[in-house]
Amino acid sequence: MSKRIEDLTVTENRRLAQSFFVVTVSSSAGLPEILPGQFVQVLVAESPSTFLRRPLSVHDVDYRSNTISLLIQVAGAGTERLSRLRRGDTINLIYPLGNAFTMPALGEKVLLAGGGCGMAPLLYLGRKMKELGVEPQFALGFRNRSRILEHEQFRELGTVHLATEDGSEGHKGFVTDIQAFRESHWDKVYCCGPEPMMKAVASLCLQRDIFCEVSLENLMACGMGICLCCIVPTTSGNLCSCTDGPVFNIRNLQWQT
Amino acid sequence: MLASGTCGYGAELEDFIDLSKLGAIVVKGTTLEPREGNAYPRMAETASGMLNAVGLQNKGIEYFEKHIYPLLAEYDTHVIVNVNGNTVEDYIELARRIDRLAAIPAIELNISCPNVKQGGMIFGTNPASAREVISAVRNAYSKTLIVKLSPNVTDITEFARISEEEGAEAVSLVNTLLGMAVDTNTMKPKLSTVTGGLSGPAIKPVALRMVWQTARAVNIPVIGMGGIMNGVDALEFLMAGATGVQIGTATFIEPRTALNTLTSINSFLTERKFDSVTNIIGIINRI
Ligand SMILES: Cc1cc2nc3c(=O)[nH]c(=O)nc-3n(C[C@H](O)[C@H](O)[C@H](O)COP(=O)(O)OP(=O)(O)OC[C@H]3O[C@@H](n4cnc5c(N)ncnc54)[C@H](O)[C@@H]3O)c2cc1C
Ligand SMILES: Cc1cc2nc3c(=O)[nH]c(=O)nc-3n(C[C@H](O)[C@H](O)[C@H](O)COP(=O)(O)O)c2cc1C
Ligand code: FES
Repeated sequence: MSKRIEDLTVTENRRLAQSFFVVTVSSSAGLPEILPGQFVQVLVAESPSTFLRRPLSVHDVDYRSNTISLLIQVAGAGTERLSRLRRGDTINLIYPLGNAFTMPALGEKVLLAGGGCGMAPLLYLGRKMKELGVEPQFALGFRNRSRILEHEQFRELGTVHLATEDGSEGHKGFVTDIQAFRESHWDKVYCCGPEPMMKAVASLCLQRDIFCEVSLENLMACGMGICLCCIVPTTSGNLCSCTDGPVFNIRNLQWQT
Repeated sequence: MLASGTCGYGAELEDFIDLSKLGAIVVKGTTLEPREGNAYPRMAETASGMLNAVGLQNKGIEYFEKHIYPLLAEYDTHVIVNVNGNTVEDYIELARRIDRLAAIPAIELNISCPNVKQGGMIFGTNPASAREVISAVRNAYSKTLIVKLSPNVTDITEFARISEEEGAEAVSLVNTLLGMAVDTNTMKPKLSTVTGGLSGPAIKPVALRMVWQTARAVNIPVIGMGGIMNGVDALEFLMAGATGVQIGTATFIEPRTALNTLTSINSFLTERKFDSVTNIIGIINRI
């Protein structure tokens, strides 16, 4: 699959709770095939402190309007700059980058677990599954009620189980405390979120011998496999999270708990 | 030219650029044995640049000969291999083996990697060791020998002169500058190795000064690099005395930088009515 570098036009910048926002960009050239789990490298223009591109997961894709959405959390200068993008602005992307989640087989029971900006790739993943005829369920974790994001979008695709750390909505605790997660049978679990969350999900899945893939957010310089800065130690040596990942099966990671 | 460690083996960039339009690509640092490199994190962004501590991760010469070389041999561009060792013997063995690979016209002897404990920069920062390794490799290697110099020395021209005396056809400079960064939240160094190599526009003025000094000190060609992001940057190096330039970190941000640079150098030459790029090499010393 070929990668491209392209200027895309911002069609919308929608502010969500707290420091989160969704930027939608459209390609005049028409989108290439993009797989769930893949990411883009965004050039942050006119930001002197942002020298390198910023990796962001593909949150959603709409082939009819040729648009890609990115769910972004302000973390520093680069994402702050992106939060100020307006309709009509252009941004330069290198995409699509990285591997993809493994799609489930028909009839399999799948859970998509995430939190914070780690939820980003799960929407497009859920959409693709639904197209395939597999109804996904989601386990989403937030700090409290006011931080809940994009809930409706996920609900359109399947059942959503919520957890908040303070119990202000849904289950009290982390995604791994959600009863449906602990007690039901799952064929495949997919997770993206803060590292402690991914590790907790991974350890639960290892205990119960469930297939589990996580999407890692290692620091990247190039995103194209040429700098070797983004490595992940795996059972087959150091791999690049930008080309061999960002999606990894937990059995291949050296995360043994 | 594309700089070593910043263009993989070239194939990674084929979606963006036509490699045959480049002067050469210097493929990533190769060692005798496979190396896993340093632990994560290996990268930190800095003001107008980045620090890296990759530590020469590569699969070793045997894998290179069997699996990578056959692909490189098909390229319609000059492929130069960047050679690294822990000992003089490592360098000799590597040079001998690469000498046998018909499609590789040159090696770039890296005596300047700041990210490995032994070897590497030791050879590039001690004149006697530099002489020993360059002379040994010269005897073992029959084709074009380029020596890549470290900027982490008091007088880089001394190492350039040694390279010339020992029979190198060219020198390339600079490799990365030793630097570091601290994360004030975690109160830890940002790199697993504490120190790493600084590259990008942040080092350009230093690199340019060293290229200028070196070009005046030796008669062999000087290949300049360090922070080149566009045609104007490249012209600065050429005018300061570089015969050729390499693009490194810029490729991470804009994979087409090398070709864009070439186009803009050519339009400068046309606009200012120079017949050839050779007319502007070292021109600052003449005007
Ligand atoms: C494959 C991949 C997909 C990603 N997807 C998304 C996404 O969909 N939405 C989103 O909001 N963010 C995502 N990230 C994280 C995002 O790239 C960083 O938050 C961003 O680069 C920060 O840039 P900045 O200039 O705003 O902050 P900086 O000033 O560069 O950094 C601010 C803080 O953010 C943290 N940070 C910086 N880079 C990263 C990183 N690569 N991963 C994690 N933390 C980082 C650092 O700890 C730093 O202290 C993804 C990262 C990767 C590698
Ligand atoms: C991630 C990274 C890896 C590098 N690896 C090598 C290497 O293996 N061998 C080498 O001689 N130089 C290596 N370099 C140095 C570059 O080739 C170049 O000398 C340096 O980055 C300065 O040029 P620039 O500012 O244009 O990047 C590396 C640089 C970077 C950023
Ligand atoms: S970010 Fe450069 S190799 Fe992965």
